[in-house]
Amino acid sequence: MTPAPPPGPPWWMKKPALQTLIDRLRADGYEVLGPRMADGAITLAPLTNLAHLPRGVRDDQQPGRYRLTMADDGGYFDHVVGPHSLKPLVFPPRTTVLEVLRVRDGWEYRTPEPPQPKRAILGVRACDLHALAIQDRVFLGGAYRDPEYAARRAGLFLIAVNCSRSAPTCFCASMNTGPAVRGGADLILTELTDGFLGVAGSDRAAPYLAAVGERPASPEEQAEAAAIPQRAAAQQTRRIDPTTVHDTLMNNLEHRRWADVAKRCLSCANCTMVCPTCFCSTVNDVSDLVGTHTRRQRVWESCFNEEHSHTAGGPVHPTTKSRYRQWLTHKLATWIDQFGTSGCVGCGRCITWCPVGIDITEEVAAMEGGRV
Amino acid sequence: MTVLPPSPWQTIPARVRAITPEVPDVTTYDLELPGADYAFRPGQFNMLYLAGVGEVAISISSDPATPQQLRHTIRAVGNVTRALTRLTAGDTLGLRGPFGTAWPVEAVRGHDIVIVAGGLGLAPLRPAIYHLIRHRPDYGRIAVLYGARTPADLLYAHEYDWWQAADIDVQLTVDVGTPTWRGAIGFVTTLLAQQPLEPARTVVFTCGPEVMMRFVATGAVNRGVAAERIFVSLERNMNCAVALCGHCQFGPSFVCQDGPVFAYANVRRLLLVENL
Repeated sequence: MTPAPPPGPPWWMKKPALQTLIDRLRADGYEVLGPRMADGAITLAPLTNLAHLPRGVRDDQQPGRYRLTMADDGGYFDHVVGPHSLKPLVFPPRTTVLEVLRVRDGWEYRTPEPPQPKRAILGVRACDLHALAIQDRVFLGGAYRDPEYAARRAGLFLIAVNCSRSAPTCFCASMNTGPAVRGGADLILTELTDGFLGVAGSDRAAPYLAAVGERPASPEEQAEAAAIPQRAAAQQTRRIDPTTVHDTLMNNLEHRRWADVAKRCLSCANCTMVCPTCFCSTVNDVSDLVGTHTRRQRVWESCFNEEHSHTAGGPVHPTTKSRYRQWLTHKLATWIDQFGTSGCVGCGRCITWCPVGIDITEEVAAMEGGRV
Repeated sequence: MTVLPPSPWQTIPARVRAITPEVPDVTTYDLELPGADYAFRPGQFNMLYLAGVGEVAISISSDPATPQQLRHTIRAVGNVTRALTRLTAGDTLGLRGPFGTAWPVEAVRGHDIVIVAGGLGLAPLRPAIYHLIRHRPDYGRIAVLYGARTPADLLYAHEYDWWQAADIDVQLTVDVGTPTWRGAIGFVTTLLAQQPLEPARTVVFTCGPEVMMRFVATGAVNRGVAAERIFVSLERNMNCAVALCGHCQFGPSFVCQDGPVFAYANVRRLLLVENL
């Protein structure tokens, strides 16, 4: 085994060295997941071979539009973010939080042992690393913590990639969450024309960087790598001002724009499903037919569903207007009060995957004119 | 290996000791928690669970000094609360709790206390009343202003004489009277308007429909009571009770964690926004 390079200094590696990285991680017991094409989108799925990566594939993203285009050449990470984030890996869409068994004189309540999969994620973007840090605060930062999240989170090995381009829906630069990766990953890669520049983000990266790093990167290569996310940032046209959006929204809770957006919003919940930080859930009982065994299943829920705000006196949010306002004010404003961070990382997924193309940056801008 | 936090969904068994019908559709369940080390503060709630049916947030309505005799007063309105009516003494159900904030009975010692309740809203206030009675010399004047739909809907009617005997001024009103009803008819806010009070030394605890609490709070503010000394108990959808599921999110708060009891000063502005 070659001696581990110290964390920090950038190393240059050949592109096929990614295969070595995948193989090493698999040999160490990690399931490797990364970007793969499926159903006309870039998804996050298990992979074993470099050839599984969507080389040369670019995503055309617009409000309510997502299309892939393919080129014969190009990089492994020319795409931006698809519908999948890290969220389902740490906060599964469906999981069992309690097993309930009929016993002689009542019921026994058993907490299932959470699975602790070891997973290495290849190609994580800066926005999604920030989203994970936000979810850490939600699921692990309070008085009560989610053991399954803790278990799944601890098993992650994160290999980040600096974005080489932005989609028109991206606005991470304005949210100070990207496109350059500034931490939160074990290994940080930048795809250059003929290789990768790799930097260790944690001590865990050292043996892998030692295995794939060919030589220390030259000053020219380092300059080329630094310019790549800067170029991506310069492409962004959408923006939200994170320093003013809290008050903009909270001072405009009765703005007529809420009724306006409610006429377009289908209350379909797509935005909350693709959002990398939305964490609402509901626990339902799933019983066997004889009634001796019940699983308490936690499933993803959305504030766009009427049942979300159900009380004995009726729903608190009975209209699309009240639900859209709930979502946007929580995401961009009261989240800050609750968790000390915005709930938005500027990934733009809610814009792309909205079937009617509602653009949150546009909705915020419409309210920035003041009280109406 | 990672050390995992304890599961907030872990449920413990509770045995039904007694079931007491109170008023139409409303029943009190006396529970005991075998072997559990359990204590609660007035105004807090538990999650009660029936296997195969589900879980529901219910405020505790018994004396915090005797947590072994845990009581919940429940109106049968939803899936779980209707299924609870099929239980009999000796049956078991699941329980998680206690959760949420409490009526600040310790912090307001020395003050006059005005309790304003509507309908089932008296249930989460009863532990506070018990506490005030138990520590009666620590407080000034105490009044309970209570309104229900009809005289038959007045909750805990058999206890009013005892409360009166403990030097609590109990005032009742109903929306609809009966031939034998000799008390007031009208909103509970009217009782508050007629109540003599010294604003500077008065604290208000109120629980009932949100619109009622809003009028109680504005009425008290108009009488000169500081919004910081008016406390309301809000109802929102509580699914996890541990600030992880998002259902009860209300402005900067999770009602399950930062409530249900709030100082009116902290929620006044948001309560005035429709459907927030």
